[in-house]
Amino acid sequence: MINKKRMILRILFYIGLIIIVFPTVFVFYWMVLSSFKNQVQNLSYPPLFIFKPTLENYTAVFKQQNFGKYLFNSFVVATGSTFISLLVGIPAAYSISRFKMKRTIFILTVARMIPFISYLIPWYILFTKLKLVDTYLGLTLSHIIINLPLVIILMSSFFDDVPVELEEAATVDGASAFRTFLEISVPIAANGIITSAILSYIFSWNQFLFSLILSGPKTKTVPIAVFNFMSYEMINWGGIMAAATLIALPVLILTLFIHRYIVKGLTMGALKE
Amino acid sequence: MPPLFLQQRRSYQVKKLKWWFLVPAIILISSLIIFPIGYNLFLSFHKWGGSSRVAPNFVGIRNFVYAFQDMRFTNSLWVTLYFTAFALSAEVILGFFIALYINREFKGKNFVKALLVFPFTATPVAIAMVWTIIYDPTLGILNYFLSFIGLDGITWLGSQSLVIPALVIVDVWEWTPLVTLIALAGLENIPVSLLEAAKIDGASKGQILRKIIIPLIKPSLIAAAMIRSWDCIKTFDIIYVMTQGGPGFASENLNIYAFNNAFRYFKMGYASSLMIILFAIVLGVNIALYYLRGVKE
Repeated sequence: MINKKRMILRILFYIGLIIIVFPTVFVFYWMVLSSFKNQVQNLSYPPLFIFKPTLENYTAVFKQQNFGKYLFNSFVVATGSTFISLLVGIPAAYSISRFKMKRTIFILTVARMIPFISYLIPWYILFTKLKLVDTYLGLTLSHIIINLPLVIILMSSFFDDVPVELEEAATVDGASAFRTFLEISVPIAANGIITSAILSYIFSWNQFLFSLILSGPKTKTVPIAVFNFMSYEMINWGGIMAAATLIALPVLILTLFIHRYIVKGLTMGALKE
Repeated sequence: MPPLFLQQRRSYQVKKLKWWFLVPAIILISSLIIFPIGYNLFLSFHKWGGSSRVAPNFVGIRNFVYAFQDMRFTNSLWVTLYFTAFALSAEVILGFFIALYINREFKGKNFVKALLVFPFTATPVAIAMVWTIIYDPTLGILNYFLSFIGLDGITWLGSQSLVIPALVIVDVWEWTPLVTLIALAGLENIPVSLLEAAKIDGASKGQILRKIIIPLIKPSLIAAAMIRSWDCIKTFDIIYVMTQGGPGFASENLNIYAFNNAFRYFKMGYASSLMIILFAIVLGVNIALYYLRGVKE
């Protein structure tokens, strides 16, 4: 009798759970499903759930839209801005953590609250003068505005967890301060480095506003390319959904590696008291 | 304990190293972040068409005065506040209750937690496009589902009154999971012994929720609201892709309006002063939330 009641409760719980996750799953499901439909199938009413899938949207996106080029652009900018942010941000975060520079972290958090257009206007003016609009360098620099504070704030909270005693022990053994940093502190904070690297990569990959203004025909990143594509061909749902799937997929795969740390990453220390 | 001279040498070495570690970051941050903020402040007191041949013209606070006579500005201010209040409260309330619901041991918990990360990490442009298709008034799947309960042909994004709620739904879909995960982390930190003690003392479920869970989780929820407010107030991507501020100016928030001023009408000075106002709003909301958080402690 009790078992039966428990069973029913459990079933009810899972039904509730399905209701909760349904919207999340359905939107992605619908995106992928529509990308495998041809034009007629996409425009049929009532909407089709069962149909003969086609790959034509994907081949069309690559052939007509030069998608490979835009993927490459996104890859270059995301890799560049992530790499520079880590290279500059990790040592800075280490110092901030060891010197306990709380105010610096606070200032960087405020920088995160400032509307991005505040950065964009001066950068646009300066880049136009320096002929840096529509170059990889310009676009990469603009993405660093977002990624560097993220890396610094996140990494300093990871370095806070590295015990100072370990570093002192290494000094006793004769290691220089730099070697101690490189061989003791960095490996211990490896999880933090992976998290900040993947998060920076995702932020840069998803970045829309800066790329909208600072990229051009040569350096257009995937979100901008897809947005333009959408304004031209609003009715070609299959193509648009194939493109959407292609932008979102790399991010979702990367997310899986760090989903345990992602909340810490996105709250950027705001949760820590 | 290492000998004293070694300790001193180390502390000197370490200090020197740490300053050098900061130099590249200081250079990058001052050029990438501090310079633009300063320039933005400068421009907000000037009138300037963005042309390099004409220098910015000092106009004092006239940009700010003009803003409050500009109907499109007041409209965008209203859109910003309406959208933010609506989305933020929905996300915090829903996020909290969902976290409460899944805060127990069950099979597949890790899977659900991983799934919840997808909406807010997936590329916003892609998300906005899927929702545009879902919202389509004649062929969209949402109206198809709604037709079963007798609702027909709702023009979600084409209607002056429904466009904000429709955009809020997208934002809520994207970001509630983050609030859920933040709240869940907070719930998992509540000591089980505390809840058990309350149960033994005969507290009802409602009492436990009101007297223990909510006070303990309030700081996490307010922190979540703060983090969300930074982006909510300046939502850009989904609005720009889905409606571009339309129909008319019904979904044009302050950020979109400032963007149009800067890059469509080339009123750089005016756009800069709008940015200052926008930042003041973000700051105001966060100070309010900060005090809300502090009151209890």
